[in-house]
Amino acid sequence: MDLIFEGILKAFHLIFTLDPEVLGITLLSLQVSGTATLISLFIGISIGTVVALTEFPGRRLVVSLINTGMGLPPVVVGLFVTIFLWRNGPLGFLGILYTPAAMIIAQAVIATPIVMGITLAAIQALPKKLRLQILALGATRLQMVWILVKEARLPLLAGVMAGFGGVISEVGASIMVGGNIKGYSRVLTTATVMETSRGNFDVAIALGIILLLLAYFINLVLTHIQQRERPR
Amino acid sequence: MTAPAPLLAVRELRVRRGGALVLDISSLTVEEGTILSLIGPNGAGKTTLMQTLACLIKPHGGEFFFKGENVFSSHGLLQYRRMLAMVFQEPLLFDTTVFQNVASGLKIRGMNGSEIEKRVGQNLQRFGIPHLSERSARKLSGGEAQRVALARAMAIQPDLLFLDEPFASLDPPTRESLMEDLEKILRQTTTTTIFATHDRMEALRLSDRIAVMNEGRILQVGPPDEVMNQPRDEFIASFVGVETILTGRVVRKGRGSFVASIEGQEVEAVGEVEIGEPVVFCIRPENVTLAVSPRQETTSARNVFPARITKIVLLGLYYKVHLDCGFPLVAYVTGHSLENLSLQEGQNVSASFKATAIHVIRKTRGPHPPP
Amino acid sequence: MKQKKIIHAVLAGLAVLLVLMAWAPVQAQQKNIILSTTTSTQDSGLLDVLLSIFEKKTGYFVKTIAVGSGQAMAMGQKGEADVLLVHSPAAEKKFVAEGYGVNRRIIMHNDFIVVGPAEDPAKIRGVKGTPQVFKKIASAGSLFLSRSDKSGTHTKEMAIWKEAGINPEGQKWYQQTGLGMGQTLNIASEKKGYTLADRGTYLALKKNLSLDILAEGDAILLNVYHVIEVNPAKWPKVNAAGGRAFADFMVSKEVQDIVKTFGVEKFGSPLFFPDAGKKEEDLGK
Repeated sequence: MDLIFEGILKAFHLIFTLDPEVLGITLLSLQVSGTATLISLFIGISIGTVVALTEFPGRRLVVSLINTGMGLPPVVVGLFVTIFLWRNGPLGFLGILYTPAAMIIAQAVIATPIVMGITLAAIQALPKKLRLQILALGATRLQMVWILVKEARLPLLAGVMAGFGGVISEVGASIMVGGNIKGYSRVLTTATVMETSRGNFDVAIALGIILLLLAYFINLVLTHIQQRERPR
Repeated sequence: MTAPAPLLAVRELRVRRGGALVLDISSLTVEEGTILSLIGPNGAGKTTLMQTLACLIKPHGGEFFFKGENVFSSHGLLQYRRMLAMVFQEPLLFDTTVFQNVASGLKIRGMNGSEIEKRVGQNLQRFGIPHLSERSARKLSGGEAQRVALARAMAIQPDLLFLDEPFASLDPPTRESLMEDLEKILRQTTTTTIFATHDRMEALRLSDRIAVMNEGRILQVGPPDEVMNQPRDEFIASFVGVETILTGRVVRKGRGSFVASIEGQEVEAVGEVEIGEPVVFCIRPENVTLAVSPRQETTSARNVFPARITKIVLLGLYYKVHLDCGFPLVAYVTGHSLENLSLQEGQNVSASFKATAIHVIRKTRGPHPPP
Repeated sequence: MKQKKIIHAVLAGLAVLLVLMAWAPVQAQQKNIILSTTTSTQDSGLLDVLLSIFEKKTGYFVKTIAVGSGQAMAMGQKGEADVLLVHSPAAEKKFVAEGYGVNRRIIMHNDFIVVGPAEDPAKIRGVKGTPQVFKKIASAGSLFLSRSDKSGTHTKEMAIWKEAGINPEGQKWYQQTGLGMGQTLNIASEKKGYTLADRGTYLALKKNLSLDILAEGDAILLNVYHVIEVNPAKWPKVNAAGGRAFADFMVSKEVQDIVKTFGVEKFGSPLFFPDAGKKEEDLGK
C-alpha cells in the first residue's frame, strides 16, 4: 500500500517540478494519440457516413467488417504494421519503423474502425425522411451529407472519445512499432511498462497516474461539450 | 387573350417500383399562384407524384416543365430544386434553435447574415412564432414544430411549394388554427402550392383545383365543387364524400329528364340517357330533406319517398341520418332540425331530394378522358 | 455521384498524408542506426550514458531496441538491425558462423549471481560450483523462476542446468515468466523463489527486493558482452557505416574508461568490467 502512496507522491513531484523527461513523454503521448485520433476522425467519419447513406452490393459485408474492426486487438495491429514497415517489408522504403510516425499509423489503424462504426450507427439512426427534407430545401448531395453529420454530432463526439480513449491507453502496438526509444518514441504507456519491468514501481505508478489524469481531463472537456447539448 | 403558360406542366410521367408502375400521369398542369390538392387513398401515388416533381425520385419515363423549361435539361436541375420547398407530415426539424431551422434553407443558398435575419424574422412573424426564435427545436409542441417547418419552407420564398399531408399528425384545434394561418399566407404570397391530403374537407377548403388519384393515376381534376358534385365515377364519388350511390336502370325518359328504377322505386333525374341503360346516381347528403308529417305542399322536389330512419350518427356540427326508402339514403340534418322534428331511430319520415341534385354517372362510359 | 467524390477526396488526402510522412524520415535515413540490445544493458543505465556521448560526437541517431539476446539476433538475421550488443556467446558464435554477423568484438563482462530468499530453504549458501547449487535447488524442490525468453541470462541458466544434468522443464517448482530481468527479480522476491540474475540489474533494483546473493564468483557465471555488426553483404539495406561507427566507439578507450567506473558511485562497485581487445578465453583468470 505504501508503494501506491509513494507512487502518488512521486506523481505530484514529477508534475509540479515539471520534470522535463516526463513532460516530454506526456507531450509525445498527446501528439501521437491526438494526431492518430484526428486521422481516424477524418477517415472514419467520411467513410462511415458514405457507407451509412449508400446502397451498394456487398454493403452488409462491409458493415460487418467495420463492426469487427471495432474490436481489433491492438497488439495484432502492431504486429502487422511492424511487418509492413520492416526494412525488407513492403513499406520498408519509407524507413519509418521505430518512429512516432509509425506509432501514429498503428494508432490510427486501431482508432479508425471505432470511429467508423459509431459514425455508421449514428447516421443510420437519423430519421430516413430527414435526407429527403434536406434535399427538399434545395441542398446539394454534399450539403445534405454535411447537415446529416451535424445532426449526428453528439454520438459522433462519443465515437471520437472512444477512439481517443482506445489509443491513448494503448501499449502493445506502440512498443512494437515505436521501440520505446528515450526522448523520441517513448510515451506514457510504454514508459510505464518499462519502469515496471525495471522494478521502478514508484515511477511506474506516477506515470500511470499522469496518464489517468490526462485521459480524464480530455474526456471531461469533450463530455462537457456533449452533455451541454443533451436533449432534456 | 391567351392564358399565361402554366407554371408546371407534366407529360407522360412514369415511376416504377419493384417492376410495378406506381405512377402514371399522362398530363397535369398547375397554374401560377394556385393551390392544387391531391386526394386519394393510401398508396394512390400522391406522395410519389410530389416527390417526383420535387426531384427526390427519379422518373422512369416522361418529363415535366417548369416555367416552360424542361427540368431535366443540364443546368436546369439544381436551379429548379432551389426554387421549390417541401413540408412533410413530420416536422423533421434540425437539432438546433428555431431561428437556425428557419434559416437553414437560406444558408444552403449562401445568403448573407443580415438578409437571413430579415427573412427569418419575417416568417417567424407570419406564422405567429417570433417568441420561439431562440428555443431549441426539441422543446416544441407538435403544432409549434409544424409551424417552424412551414416557416422554414416559406422563408425560401419558393416558386413551388409541396405539402405532403402537413396537418395529419396534429390534433383538430391545432390543425384548424394552422390551416387558417397557412391559407392566409399562401393567398397573400400567391405561392403556387401542391398539397396532398386524405381529408376531403381540407382539400375543399384550401384548393383552387382538386385532383383525385388512385393507383398512380389522376382520375379527375377540376375545381372543388366540380369534383365534389360531379364525380366521374363511383370510386371518385365515394372518395369525395358522396354518401348515397345508387345503381339502377333507365325506364322512362322525357324532356331532358328521365326516370330510373332503383330497387323497385322510381327516381327522377336530369340527363341524356337511353332507355334500358344502367346508371349510377350520386346524391350528396346535404341535398336530402326530411319531413315528419306527410307533405301537404307541392314542392319542386320531384323525388319524395317514405323512409324509415335506421341510424342517426352525430358528426360534430351536424347529424348523419341513415334512411331506408327501399334503397339506402343518407341525409345531413342540423341538431336544431333534429330537435324540431324529434327525429329518432326507427321513426318513419318523408325524404325528398331534387332531380337536379342527383349527379348521374352513365355506366356505358369507356376509360376516362384526360382531365 | 457525390459519394464517389467524397471517397476520392478521402483517398487523395490519405495519399498526401502518406507522402508527407515518408518525406521527413527518408531524409534522415542514413543518420539512423538501429541497435538491437538486451534489456539488461538498457536497464543498467549504461547505454543511456554512452549513447548521449556517441550521438553528440557523431550526429548519428541511435534507435535502441531492447529485447532479449535471442530476439536481437533474430532481428539481425532479418536485416532489421544494424548492430547488436548482446551477451549470449554460443548463439553469437552460431550467428557469425552462419554469416549474419561480422566483426564480433568483446566489449565488457559482468557476472551472474544466484539470488534467493534470505532464509535459503534449499541451503545453497556456501555450496561450491553453480551446477551443484542448481542440483540442490532441484532436489529440495524449491521455487525457481526462469526468464525463459532466450535472453543471454536464460541461455546461461539452461547451460548450467545442462551441466548439472537436470531437466527442469515441467517440474512443479520451476516457473517460467517469459519476462525481463527486472520483472523476473520482482516476481522471485514476491514469491520467495530463487533465480539467476545479472549483477547489474540486481544491484539497480536491490532496494525494492528482498533477495540475497547466495552464490557468485564461479567461472561459469561469467557474462560476456560482445558487439556484432550485421553483415551488409546479406542485407544491403543495413546501415553498415553506422553500425561500424558504433562498434568502433564501443571498443574505444573513452568508452572503456566509462565502463570501468560506471556504477561505483551509486552501488559501491562497478556494474561492468571493460574487456576490449582481450580474448574471451583469457577472462576470469
